[in-house]
Amino acid sequence: MIEVRGLSKRYGDKIAVNNLSFDVLPGKVTGFLGPNGAGKTTTMRLMLDLDYADAGGVTIDGKRYHTLANPMREVGALLDAKAVHGGRSAYNHLLCLAQTNNLPKSRVKEVLELVGLTEVARKRTKGFSLGMGQRLGIAATLLGDPKILMFDEPVNGLDPEGILWIRNLMKALANEGRTVFVSSHLMSEMEHTADHLIVIGRGQLLADCTMDEFIARSSGQTVRVATPQPEVLAKAVTEAGGSAVAGTGGALIVSGLIAAQVGDLAFEHGVRLHELTVVRASLEAAFMELTADSVEYRAEGQGVQGPQGTQGLPGPGPAREQVAAHEQFSGEGRA
Amino acid sequence: MAAITRQASGAAVLPPPSGRAGLGGTLRSEFTKIRSVRSTWWTLLVLFVISVGIGAAISAGVAANWSHTSASDRATFDATQVSIAGLFFLGQLVIVVLGAIVITSEYSTGMIRTSLTAMPRRATVYAAKAMVFAAVAVVVTLVTAFIAFFLGQAILTSTHESATLSQPNVLRAVIGGALYVTLCGLFAFAAGTIFRHTAATITSVIGLLFVIPILAHLLPSNWYDDIARWLPSSTGDAISVVVGPGPDHLFSPWGQFAVFAVYTAILLVVGGILFRKRDA
Repeated sequence: MIEVRGLSKRYGDKIAVNNLSFDVLPGKVTGFLGPNGAGKTTTMRLMLDLDYADAGGVTIDGKRYHTLANPMREVGALLDAKAVHGGRSAYNHLLCLAQTNNLPKSRVKEVLELVGLTEVARKRTKGFSLGMGQRLGIAATLLGDPKILMFDEPVNGLDPEGILWIRNLMKALANEGRTVFVSSHLMSEMEHTADHLIVIGRGQLLADCTMDEFIARSSGQTVRVATPQPEVLAKAVTEAGGSAVAGTGGALIVSGLIAAQVGDLAFEHGVRLHELTVVRASLEAAFMELTADSVEYRAEGQGVQGPQGTQGLPGPGPAREQVAAHEQFSGEGRA
Repeated sequence: MAAITRQASGAAVLPPPSGRAGLGGTLRSEFTKIRSVRSTWWTLLVLFVISVGIGAAISAGVAANWSHTSASDRATFDATQVSIAGLFFLGQLVIVVLGAIVITSEYSTGMIRTSLTAMPRRATVYAAKAMVFAAVAVVVTLVTAFIAFFLGQAILTSTHESATLSQPNVLRAVIGGALYVTLCGLFAFAAGTIFRHTAATITSVIGLLFVIPILAHLLPSNWYDDIARWLPSSTGDAISVVVGPGPDHLFSPWGQFAVFAVYTAILLVVGGILFRKRDA
């Protein structure tokens, strides 16, 4: 288990990670999500003692990373697959890593076989494609048969086959009872892989919840209603505990009530309905909504309005919405 | 994909670890690193060829010109120094390059992050790196120095002034010369740890070892005599001299060697502290 407590780090006057606390538990894939520049890589570097925290800290099964007796037996981490000396062969690269933790030479051949690089084992890595480099990085993480695996944006730039391979590998590793912690800036990558989500933005925790909770909270309960008497219906909805705001085309966007309840209300108040549609916000849209205020670099004039569904999300404005989402996810997220 | 899933799960379970990852494994790792890149072999080959070749060339020139050499020049002729001059003047340049890239290549490639993830105890990594480099440098420079010496003396036989190891100070000059060149390499290694940049390291170390002595020579000679013994490069001048009393403005050969050894030790400590304290 990885325990992050009050972790803070600034580079110069830029705060990279701000008072971050969460746990990463074994037996599942934990997705670590956030926009570019949110502090994901920094957090991982701090976990591995590559950088030193200004405040707070990380423990791996109760210990600081650099005090682990045999670090590679506990943690396999891939932060940057390009962080290898290109003049060294794949075999020698893995060998020099294995030797630090007194791992047998036979293990190097084994992991090369496992990731399918046996044939190029003696080739210098500077000639490797992106995918081969990624496989080499993953081979390095598996050398010590570790209980915890950490991957930073592992599928960046990979072809679909490579992406599928890594996804399945992560699931398999988690199924073996290992802790798998994987970062991404894309929700879509996590959608089918992660069991648990940690979402950060501008170095701060935005959400810490299971994938199911995230889906439940973000994608239900929005109903689009078209009616010639919007005022009457809006009042009825509010009285019934829901909320209604004006959507596009004069429609009402109702949240807090399901479609059947809205239909019943309309019937009771004699309101004529022209349309009654359940709008499901995509996870991507929910993620973008959640992190809207914490996006570091954004093209000018381009909001976070998703292509579909986002505009249907209720709420007075992005700022309030984000605060609400924060409370929702980090407040009740996990017991 | 079922096959890959099975493979992932099918990785053989390692036996439980015995003991704690430490210096032993890290030394093996650093040796693997240094021997598994071509730049090491190229630099060492260049070191050997230049050192032995220049020593032989100068020796051959002296031997060919011996009949025209004046008696006074013959009296001060230092056969040992001539034969290992290549190692001194150019070998140290080459070892500076190797000492620097041993550490700076880890930063330029990003490998340092992978290395420190595998072995996060930084003092251990730093010590292992320095020890392995020093060991490789000592072996190669000693072999080079002796081969250059013997080849040079063979060429100088005709002068009847060639040296043998049993003569006073000759062994000191040959071994001391190799150790001095090794120190230059370690000095560059420490500087490389501080700068984390190949070009910056090589330029500044070469400036310190080669350019400053040249500039110092431009000073009034009584000033120069006062500061010469504190220049790192003076070690090379002192330790390679076999014939005559040696420059009187310098310490004894090993005393002069100690000056440079202390500089190198200080720089290694500073490098070590920064290596531990800074973000990787």
